[in-house]
Amino acid sequence: MNLTIKPIKIKEQSVIPGFGITMGISLLYIALLVLIPISMVFFNSSSLGLKSFMDIALSARVMASLKISFGASFLAATVNTIFGLLLAWVLERYSFPFKKIIDGLIDLPFALPTAVAGISLTTLYAPNGWIGKFLEPLGIKVSYTPLGIIVALIFISFPFVVRTVQPVLQSIDKEVEEAAACLGATRLQAFCKIIIPELFPSIITGFALSFARALGEYGSVVFISGNMPMKTEITPLLIRTKLEQYDYAGGTAVAAIMLIISFLMLLAINLFQWWAVNRHKFIFAKGGHHGRKPTFEP
Amino acid sequence: MAGSLPLNHKVLNTYQKRPEKKSGAVRIILTVLALLFFILMLFIPLISVFVKAFQQGAQVYLAAVSDPMALEAIKLTLLTIIIVVPINTGFGLVASWAVSKFSFKGKNLLVTIIDLPFAISPVVAGLIFVLLFSTSHGILAPVLNEFGIKVIFAPPGIILATLFVTLPFVARELIPLMEAQGTSEEEAALTLGASGFKTFLLITLPNVKWALTYGVMLTAARAAGEFGAVSVVSGHIRGLTNTVPLHVEILYNEYKFSAAFAVASLLTVIAIINLIIKNIADWKIKQQEK
Repeated sequence: MNLTIKPIKIKEQSVIPGFGITMGISLLYIALLVLIPISMVFFNSSSLGLKSFMDIALSARVMASLKISFGASFLAATVNTIFGLLLAWVLERYSFPFKKIIDGLIDLPFALPTAVAGISLTTLYAPNGWIGKFLEPLGIKVSYTPLGIIVALIFISFPFVVRTVQPVLQSIDKEVEEAAACLGATRLQAFCKIIIPELFPSIITGFALSFARALGEYGSVVFISGNMPMKTEITPLLIRTKLEQYDYAGGTAVAAIMLIISFLMLLAINLFQWWAVNRHKFIFAKGGHHGRKPTFEP
Repeated sequence: MAGSLPLNHKVLNTYQKRPEKKSGAVRIILTVLALLFFILMLFIPLISVFVKAFQQGAQVYLAAVSDPMALEAIKLTLLTIIIVVPINTGFGLVASWAVSKFSFKGKNLLVTIIDLPFAISPVVAGLIFVLLFSTSHGILAPVLNEFGIKVIFAPPGIILATLFVTLPFVARELIPLMEAQGTSEEEAALTLGASGFKTFLLITLPNVKWALTYGVMLTAARAAGEFGAVSVVSGHIRGLTNTVPLHVEILYNEYKFSAAFAVASLLTVIAIINLIIKNIADWKIKQQEK
């Protein structure tokens, strides 16, 4: 006698009440606050006509800003992937003083308002700042240069990779690594052949989230970049500038480009996660062992 | 067990000696690198806010924080929090109930749409409300002008933009936890005769209280700290549409650095409280799972 409960399907039956009302309120709220306002961007840009839309999109200043935004976000996400992996590893596998506090502080960039991050980083990396002071003799300028944009973006998107990698690292069985070691693999071999493939989906997810967040960032960059058109002007700032000059059509067209990019990023991240989950299901079906186990403190 | 088998332990030790030593050096290098990055990129920026805030003494700090314009900004920020947090908490509870206690077609799409405000640049978030409510360019301009309602460059615009950017937080914290907890406890309560609302109040809510606390805290912190979206809709009218982060920007651009950092330190304290609550919530949720 098996008394397993079949998964609840709304169209069949469910003991739990309140689907209609909660779903109704959610959809209404989302439609009013998110969907209708966002659709305004496309509605307004479609009234521009394709030709003038393309003229704005392909104008030198917009292209330059997209190049800076994409380039800086990509570099920041790359740095964050490398150091995020490193910090996740160190926090998960080694023990050292103040580890718990450091682990807790990793999320600081999510909690700290971007304007605060912006003025703090700008002051630190200015030629007379705590860190800029040491870089100045080396001829490295950070504040008011593209390098400054990258530093700000590294700060604000840092936690993503750490926080996506950490739980997966925690769930990898120590036995698998031990088995590899017993079979004669070096630490490096075990790391490359066992741990990296296991972490790969979470690394990519973390990178993509970090990249997407960096692409839209405004608050911190606006202080450190110096905002020179064609040189250190990121796309969100260009939208803001266009609005301040009452060029609503131009600002909306650039916003439409950014929105499409955001949608594509979101779609890609979701598709990738779906793929990663199904990949795991496949391993499960083959009898793989992926249960959550308590961490092994070395 | 460790003390009872000294001999075996020794044998084990010699067996493990070589790999241990090798990974010891790697361990130290990796730890030092990670800590250097942490100190340089996260810790120093955090500390510098407080150092700069008090650089010119406590008097300058107090003057900056109690300046009438600063107080007006704090008032507007508090008003925004008081309005935004209950609305988005209500939405978060309602949406996570709909998403996690039932299965239906299009669930993933709905979750993705809830996430949208995260993916969108804050500047674009501000712009969409300008396109709707601006009295010169907005699509609703005729209606607003007819009734003399001001949304953009006024507090309602700031509140709308903040509602938008903080929409996902509570739902985002609740949905995964409520999905993991399943529906069996609720079903038991319902079959024993409890009403739907009573079940929610006595079963579901206690189960998710820590995730909810953190979600609410995140919403409040983000509402206090939102800069990009609010800066687009506010118009920077001093004493009227200036929130705390916008006030920081004005002070900074006027080269009143100490004052800017003093006001910024208030927001930083909120951020630190936020992190502490997050860690308590994480710990409590882990204990619940056990």
